[in-house]
Amino acid sequence: MAEPETKEPGPESRPRSDRSPWNWLLLIPIVVPVLTFIYNHDEPRLFGFPAFYWIQFLFILLGVGTTSLVYQMTKRGRRP
Amino acid sequence: MRDHITEIVVFTILFLFVSGMGFVAARWRAPQDMAHLDEWGLGGRNFGGWITWFLVGGDLYTAYTFVAVPALIFGAGAAGFFAVPYTIIIYPMFFLILIRLWSVSHRHGFVTPADFVRSRFDSPTLALVVAITGIVATMPYIALQLVGIEAVLKTMGVTGDSVLARHAPIIIAFAILAAYTYQSGLRAPALIAFVKDALIYIVILVAVIYLPTKLGGWGSIFDAAEAKFTASPNPNDGITLNANNQLQYVTLALGSALALFLYPHSITGVLASKNRNVIKRNMSALPAYSFLLGLLALLGYAAIASNVKPLPGATAGTVDSNTVVPLLFDMQFPAWFAGVAFAAIGIGALVPAAIMSIAAANLFTRNIYKEYLRKDASHADEARVSKITSLVVKIGAVACIVFLDPQFSIDLQLIGGVIILQTAPAVALGLFTRWLHRGALIAGWVAGMGLSMWMLWQIPNPATKRAHFGGSAFPLSEFGFDTKRTIYVGFVTVLVNLLIAVIVTLILRAAKTPAGVDGTTRDDYFADEGDPRVDRDLTAVETPSST
Repeated sequence: MAEPETKEPGPESRPRSDRSPWNWLLLIPIVVPVLTFIYNHDEPRLFGFPAFYWIQFLFILLGVGTTSLVYQMTKRGRRP
Repeated sequence: MRDHITEIVVFTILFLFVSGMGFVAARWRAPQDMAHLDEWGLGGRNFGGWITWFLVGGDLYTAYTFVAVPALIFGAGAAGFFAVPYTIIIYPMFFLILIRLWSVSHRHGFVTPADFVRSRFDSPTLALVVAITGIVATMPYIALQLVGIEAVLKTMGVTGDSVLARHAPIIIAFAILAAYTYQSGLRAPALIAFVKDALIYIVILVAVIYLPTKLGGWGSIFDAAEAKFTASPNPNDGITLNANNQLQYVTLALGSALALFLYPHSITGVLASKNRNVIKRNMSALPAYSFLLGLLALLGYAAIASNVKPLPGATAGTVDSNTVVPLLFDMQFPAWFAGVAFAAIGIGALVPAAIMSIAAANLFTRNIYKEYLRKDASHADEARVSKITSLVVKIGAVACIVFLDPQFSIDLQLIGGVIILQTAPAVALGLFTRWLHRGALIAGWVAGMGLSMWMLWQIPNPATKRAHFGGSAFPLSEFGFDTKRTIYVGFVTVLVNLLIAVIVTLILRAAKTPAGVDGTTRDDYFADEGDPRVDRDLTAVETPSST
């Protein structure tokens, strides 16, 4: 997606931005849950749960891990 | 069948308790002056991490979700589990996209997504289109919260035969809800959300640990479900997906995620938080609710294993599958705990219903009333109009449930999810670029809406014997493809919408049609709490640009 067209700079001397290479990591929890071939199986079961269910529960942790990491690495004041 | 007195008593006590909280909420974090839309409609734009977590969690994961998703799993199996990938995908999208909407709204005092569109594209007409789409999509969603409460009331046997007797408890519940929302605004659902979510977490954790011990463990619960689906004639059910419904599963998850963050009530919840970090941290914390939703969804299988038979529906010969989870609780839990569980679902309906009515009211006030009816409306006028509109919206929702077949609301909600997606090019892409021309965005919206209606009209539902609006899974064979695969309607139509918008943009640019003046600057999209340029008395309509 394109960046908004730059107009006159804001009052601060350096224009702010939230661009960071770390943001690309956020694509992982968007793309992985869409790949049904990874999890659309009954076996192996875990605690009685078919793979279809427990793998998708694991994706929740994947999402939490990714957003937490990106948040920590892109906090203001910290340069990547 | 045992009597339900204990359940009704517990339910009523908890319900009255949170109603009291709703009224007291007006004094919670009280502002100097409540007669301002930022206070009534956005709780002062000052919610920290915890409040935002409860508020947005209570807002996105509605009572209807809590009864309808397990009902879907009960009926169709794996296809209903789309709610889990859907609620995973949404958070990185919020993190990247909605955060910009927060910043630009903070900077300019925008209250609704349509405020943003108006300023960004310099087009009150496009803003009106976005506002009306938002209101139309939200109304049936509010009505569906009532369906959630009704499923619980039905299970407790609190239903009479006449139209009035059947709906009296719901009318009373909504009258109370309307009164405290009127008084306390967004503070009411924010405070109630604490109780609601605490109850839901307790109930679900108990259910997923206790129920399997009674039903022979999760393994046998899944086996019971598999046995049911193997025996059923429907080719598309089962505990895993088949070749034909995988595309539907993923496009529905993607489309629903995109739709959810365009819904006015999600945006209201996000705009009420106090800074960017509160939102970003919440994107890591909110998935706790997705975990809960996934577990709750699986109760649909537990209901199969314990031989739940759904109660009859509104018309003869149909069943109300939304009653499966309440019935499961009724069968398996001691009466007092079933009462707690029912209260969790009932109160769970109040939080989103309140936020949705506030969001719809804000859209009306800012983008219709102030834009077209009274341009010189003061902040106090805006707050007053929004309060009254929120009442009208709730009366409308109750009328939908009392006078129309609930199926009608479910159909409208299905349409709502598809049409709200049609605002994506203006609202979501608009946060990154204004390359798309305002006229082209309207053209794309018209094309997307038209195609959506046609596609949804074409979809039959053999299970309920209806010829139209039977679901959102569109058979690709209708487009002339030689396949049995299905795809989510909204996914196709938003792509068509975007394609038309791009083509018309190229045409309008070639014709040198004026594109208007951007009321925002690049820097606005990164503004944070304490930004020196934020003046709370300025509003979008009054500040075209600061520079």
